[in-house]
Amino acid sequence: MSDLPPYPPLDPTTYDLIIVGTGVPSPILAAAASSSGSSSVLHLDPNPFYGSHSASLSLPDLTSFLHSNSLSPPSPPPPSDTPDFLSVDLATRSLYSSVEIATFDSSILDERHSRKFNVDLCGPRVLFCADESINLMLRSGSNNYVEFKSVDASFVGDSSGELRSVPDSRAAIFKDKSLGLMEKKQLMKFFKLVQAHLAASSTERDEGVVKIAEEDMESPFVEFLAKMPLPPKIKSIILYGIAMVDYDQDNVEACGDLLKTKEGIARLALYITSIGRFSNALGALIYPIYGQGELPQAFCRRAAVKGCIYVLRMPITALLLDKASESVVVETGGYKGVRLATGQEIFSQKLILDPCITVGSESMSTLTDQQKETLRVLVPKSISSEGKIARGICIIRGSVKADISNALVVYPPKSLFPEQLAAIRVLQLGSGLAVCPADMHVLYFSTVCENDDQGKAALLSAMSTLIKPQVPENLQSDSAVENDTAEAAKPVVLWRALYVQAMVKGEFGGSISSAASPDGNLNYNEMVESAVKLYEQLMGSEELFKEETSLDNTTEEENDGGVEIEA
Amino acid sequence: MHGRPRKAYKPEEEAASAAKAAKLRGLQSQFMANHHNKIYTKEAVDLSTKLLEINPEAYTAWNYRKLAVEDKLSRIESDPDLVKTILDEELRVVESALKQNFKSYGAWHHRKWVLSKGHSSVGNELRLLDQFQKLDTRNFHAWNYRRFVVELTKRSEQDELEYTDDMIGSDFSNYSAWHNRSVLLSSLLARKADGFLPNKKIPDEYKLVQNAIFTDEDDQSGWFYHLWLLDQTVNVETPLLTSSWPSHGSRISLYAGCSNGSFSKLTTFGSESGSFPLVLYFDQAVGGVSSSTVTIDSELKGNEDLVWEPVSKKNSQVSCVWVARLKYISSEPCFGKEYKVKVRVGNSPGIVSSRGFNFSASYEFVFTAHVHDTVEESSQEGIVSWTDGFDIWDAESKDLNALATLDRSNAQMDSKWRQEAIAEEIDLFRELPDSKIGKLTLARLLMAKAMISDDAVKGVHYNEILELYKDLMALDSSHYQYYKDEHSVALLRKVTSSTEDLSGHLFRCRNMNNSVCLRLNNLSLSRIASVEKLLFVQMLDLSHNELHSTEGLEAMQLLSCLNLSRNRIRSFSALDSLRHLKQLRVLDVSHNHIGEHSVDTTRYLCSSPLSNSEWPQDEVGSQMPSLATKYWDAYFVLRDLNLKQLDITGNVIAGDEFSSFVLQVVPKLVWLDGKKLEI
Repeated sequence: MSDLPPYPPLDPTTYDLIIVGTGVPSPILAAAASSSGSSSVLHLDPNPFYGSHSASLSLPDLTSFLHSNSLSPPSPPPPSDTPDFLSVDLATRSLYSSVEIATFDSSILDERHSRKFNVDLCGPRVLFCADESINLMLRSGSNNYVEFKSVDASFVGDSSGELRSVPDSRAAIFKDKSLGLMEKKQLMKFFKLVQAHLAASSTERDEGVVKIAEEDMESPFVEFLAKMPLPPKIKSIILYGIAMVDYDQDNVEACGDLLKTKEGIARLALYITSIGRFSNALGALIYPIYGQGELPQAFCRRAAVKGCIYVLRMPITALLLDKASESVVVETGGYKGVRLATGQEIFSQKLILDPCITVGSESMSTLTDQQKETLRVLVPKSISSEGKIARGICIIRGSVKADISNALVVYPPKSLFPEQLAAIRVLQLGSGLAVCPADMHVLYFSTVCENDDQGKAALLSAMSTLIKPQVPENLQSDSAVENDTAEAAKPVVLWRALYVQAMVKGEFGGSISSAASPDGNLNYNEMVESAVKLYEQLMGSEELFKEETSLDNTTEEENDGGVEIEA
Repeated sequence: MHGRPRKAYKPEEEAASAAKAAKLRGLQSQFMANHHNKIYTKEAVDLSTKLLEINPEAYTAWNYRKLAVEDKLSRIESDPDLVKTILDEELRVVESALKQNFKSYGAWHHRKWVLSKGHSSVGNELRLLDQFQKLDTRNFHAWNYRRFVVELTKRSEQDELEYTDDMIGSDFSNYSAWHNRSVLLSSLLARKADGFLPNKKIPDEYKLVQNAIFTDEDDQSGWFYHLWLLDQTVNVETPLLTSSWPSHGSRISLYAGCSNGSFSKLTTFGSESGSFPLVLYFDQAVGGVSSSTVTIDSELKGNEDLVWEPVSKKNSQVSCVWVARLKYISSEPCFGKEYKVKVRVGNSPGIVSSRGFNFSASYEFVFTAHVHDTVEESSQEGIVSWTDGFDIWDAESKDLNALATLDRSNAQMDSKWRQEAIAEEIDLFRELPDSKIGKLTLARLLMAKAMISDDAVKGVHYNEILELYKDLMALDSSHYQYYKDEHSVALLRKVTSSTEDLSGHLFRCRNMNNSVCLRLNNLSLSRIASVEKLLFVQMLDLSHNELHSTEGLEAMQLLSCLNLSRNRIRSFSALDSLRHLKQLRVLDVSHNHIGEHSVDTTRYLCSSPLSNSEWPQDEVGSQMPSLATKYWDAYFVLRDLNLKQLDITGNVIAGDEFSSFVLQVVPKLVWLDGKKLEI
C-alpha cells in the first residue's frame, strides 16, 4: 500500500453513507442508496479492482489477493493525534486460511495466457434465472452492464467417476438415460405435485386444488420425499442436485441444516420457475460472461450513474468517534467518520464496512461502553461458529464431460467417501464465458466444512475423481503405459488453488454496519437477502430501487431481452 | 402460442384497433380498384404489400400478387437476376406477413407458389423454418411447409427423422413432430432404407415413446404415437385369407329345395335355386376377386365362369367378404354323389387390398359336397320358434373344422419380433394401472397378443381384456359406448376362440332340418365381431343384447333365421346389411326402438331418399306413395329380403298401417308377429 500514487483530496468530505469494500452485497446497497435520491454515497475499496471477495481476477492477482489476505495485516501507522475526534485504528482480518497454490504447467502463467483468465474468488457460483439477484438487476437497471450465458448441463456424480445428468425438467426426464421408466413417472409426478402446489398457492381459491398439507410443510423435507414415495436415487437428485442442500439430510445428528419441506419446496420452486423464464436460456442456471466479478461491477456502475462516488485503492485506517462520550448523539452512536490511508478525514451519517475490517480488542479496551456498543459489529467473533467454506480452483486442459463446456456437478454427501459430511459442488466454465483460454476450463469446487483439513480433503477427493492426477514432470516421458482408458480421458490439471474461506454474516449496528462475506451457497440469494434487510434497517423500511419503477413500465418482453443471454 | 389467455382490450387499444380498421378499409378499396383494373405498377404492388402487412388474411391480395408476378415475369427476358429479385421480394412480403400472423394460410400458400416458380434459394427456407418452429414448435402450417421444402430440396428422410428427434427431445408434447416421425418412418420402412427394418426399428420406437408416456402419462401426443406403433406391429400389409365357407376339409350336404327331413350331422343346405354360396373372408378389404384369380376344380357342372360379388355397400368394388354361387343341380342327374371341390385363391395375381398391396400367399382348400338325390317337399310353412326344438351340439361334429381358420401366424414369417414387442409392452403397461389410457392401451395390447398367439393362452387374455373394459366403463362414462363396443368385440373373440367355448353356444334346431343354431343371447353385446368364424351358422339368436345395428352379419351367407328381439335397433336402416343375406327367411326385430326416433335425413341430399329417380318405377311405391315415403327405410330393406316370418311387435312403428305396408312390400310373408297371414 506504500506505493499508492498520491490521490487528490476527496471533495466533498461529508456523505450520508460511506461503504468500504465492493464485494456483493455492498454494491447493491450503494446502487440502492444512490438511486433513492436522498442519499449521497461514497464507495471505497482498498483493492485496485471492483468486487473484493466476489471479484474475478487473473491468476497472479488472485494468488496475491489470497496470500495478502491470509497474512496478518500490516501494522497500522501510528495513531495520529486528532484534535476533534477519538480515532480507533482498524485492523484487517483474513477471511482465508490454508491457502495452497500449485502450478503444474508454468506456461499457464505466460503473458499470452494470463490476460485471458477471469477467475472467481467465491466460486462456484451461478444465478438462477428466477432468483432475487436477477430481479434486483432488472429493477435497478444494472442488467445493462452484464451479459449472461447458460450453464449447459448439471450432473450428479459419485466415486465411480460417472456423471448422471440431473433430470430437472420434463424434457430432461424424457431424455434421461439412467432413470427407469417408473422412476421417470415418479419424479414427474412429484414435480407436478410441486407445480400444482405452487399454482394453488398463488391463487385465492382453495377448493379442488392440490396442495401439500400444512403439517407436511413443517416436517423435514427428507421425510416428505420419503412419503412421496421416491426411490433413494431420485431423493438424492432432488435434495442435492436441484434444491442444492449442503448437509446430509438423512443423518439428523450431523446435519448442519435440516431442511423443512417449506424451504425445500421454495428451492424447487426457484429452480422450476427459473427454467424457461428467459426464452434464450437453456436451463435454470446462468453465469455472467467475464466472470462473477461483473456482477458487483454492474451494480457499482449503476450506483455511479446515480451519483455514487467511487475510489479504489483507498484503504481506511481508522474510525473517527465523537470525543465527548457524555454528549453522544443517539442516532450516530458517536460515529463521525473515517480516516483514509491518505490521511484525509471523511464524514458520514452511516458506515458499512467490508467483513474483513475489524477492531482489535486492545483498541477496544480504552473505550466507553457507549463507544463499544457503536463498534460492536466490528469485534471479531470466533470464526468457527460462523462456519467455513473450502474452495478450490483448477485450471484444466480438456473437459470433465465430453462435448459439454459449462456444467455443474454435485457430489451428494457420502457419494465420494463414507465420511463425506456435506455436498461438494463443482462448476466447470469454459472460454465461451471469457474466463479462460480456448482449450482450457476453469473448475470451481466448494463444500461447507467444520475445519480446514476436512474441507480440503473433501475437495481433493472430488478433484481426483474428475481430474487425472498430475504426473511429476520427470516421469511424464516414460510412463506412456496408459492401461486405464477412463483415466486417460480425464482432463489434466495445469494450475490449482485450495483455500478455506471464513463465513461472516452481515450485521446491522446502527451507524456502523458490517456487510456479509460470500456464503457457501451456489447462488446469491442469501447475500441479496442480507443486503435487502440491511438496507431496510439503514433507510427505514424504504424499498430497494423504489424510484426505479422500470418494472411497471417495461413489459415482460423487454425484461426478457434485458438480461442478455446468448443462445 | 398455446394456453395464453386473451386479454380484454383497454380503451386506447380499442381506439387503435378502430384506427387500424379505418386505414385497412381505405387500403382495401384502393387495392380492389387496382385489382379490377389489372394495374401492376410498382405503386399498386406496394399498396398490396402494405395491405398484407396489416392483414395477411387478405387472400385476394395474395392472388393479385401472383398475377402481378406473372405479369412482371412475362415482361423481362428471363434474366435470372431479375427473376430472383422479383421472387425475393415476394418471399420478403410473405415473411413479414407471417410475423404478423404465423397461421396465415394465404401467406404460406403464397410462399409455396413462389418456391414452385423454381426459385433457387430453397436452402434458406429450412433456416427460416427452424426459426419459426422454435417460436411455435407445434404449428402445423410450418410442419406442412417443411415437408414441402424437404421434398423440393430432396433432403433425406433420415435427416428429417433426426430433426423430429431434436424437436421431440426439447418438448415431447408435440403431436406435429410425432406425426411427421410416423410419416417418415412409414416411408423409410416401406422402401426398406438402410437400417430401417421393422423388426429393429419398431422396438426402438417403442422405447422412445415409452419415455414420453412414462414421463407424463397425461400428455396425449405420445399415446397417439404408441397407437400408431401398435398398428404397425399388428397389421400386415399383404392381405390374407382369414376363412372360407365351406372350410378346408369339411363335408356339406346339399339338397334341392328346402329340406327338413334329414338328421345328418353334416351341415345341410338346401335352396330352391340349386346353388350354394362359396364365401371367402379376407382380413382386409380387397378387390379383384374373380374367376381368374380364384379357380374352382370340381365335377360339379356349370361352375366354370363363376361370378364373384363383393358383399359390401352398393357400387363398392372392394370388400372383406366375397361370395360366389356354385350350382349343384344341373340338367344332368347327378344326385346321390359326393363331389370334391378344390378352390385355389390367388393363383394368378389380381387380388389387391384397398391400400394397394397384393394378395401374394396363394391358398388352396378342398371340401366335399354330398348332393342328395331326394328332393324334399318344401315344408317350411310352420312358424319358427326360438324357444324349443333345440338339441345340444355334438362336440364330435366335424363341422367345427370351420373354426380352424387359416393360421395367420404361419403366413406371417416375421411374427417373432411382433410377439416379443407386444409382450414387452404388456409387461410395461401392467405397471400403469391407475390411468385410463393405460388400461385402454393394455387392453388393446392384450387383444393384439391374443390375435397373434397360440390358442391355449387366449382365454386368459380375453378375461383380462373384459375386466379392463368393465373398469373403463365404470371409470370413464363419457366414452362408455366405445368401451362397451370393445367389450363386445372381446367377448365375441373369446366365445369364438376355441371349440369348447363356441360349442357351449351351438345347437341343432330339430324343426329346421337340424340347422346349426348359434345362441348369443343375453350377453349385452353392442357390436358384432368375429363373423369370419361363424360363416357356417344358419340360425342366429342375438336377442336380449344392446345391438344398434346388424353390421357384420352380411358375411353370414347361410343365415336363414335371425333373432334380434330386445335390442336397441332404432330404424330399419340399421338392418341394411341384412339385404345381402339371400337365405334369410325368418327375422325377429320385436321389442326394439324402431320408430321412436325419426331418422336423421340431414345427411342425405334430399329430405326423403325416395325422391330419387329409382323410386317412381317401383310397383309398390307407385301403389302407395304416401306410406312408402313414410316408411322409406323399412321399404329399402324389406323389399330386398325374402322373408316368410317377421316379428315387429313392441316397436313404436308397429301397427295396422305398418302391417298393411309390410304385406305389400313382402308379399311372400307367411307369419307376421306370430300370426299366420290369411292369403
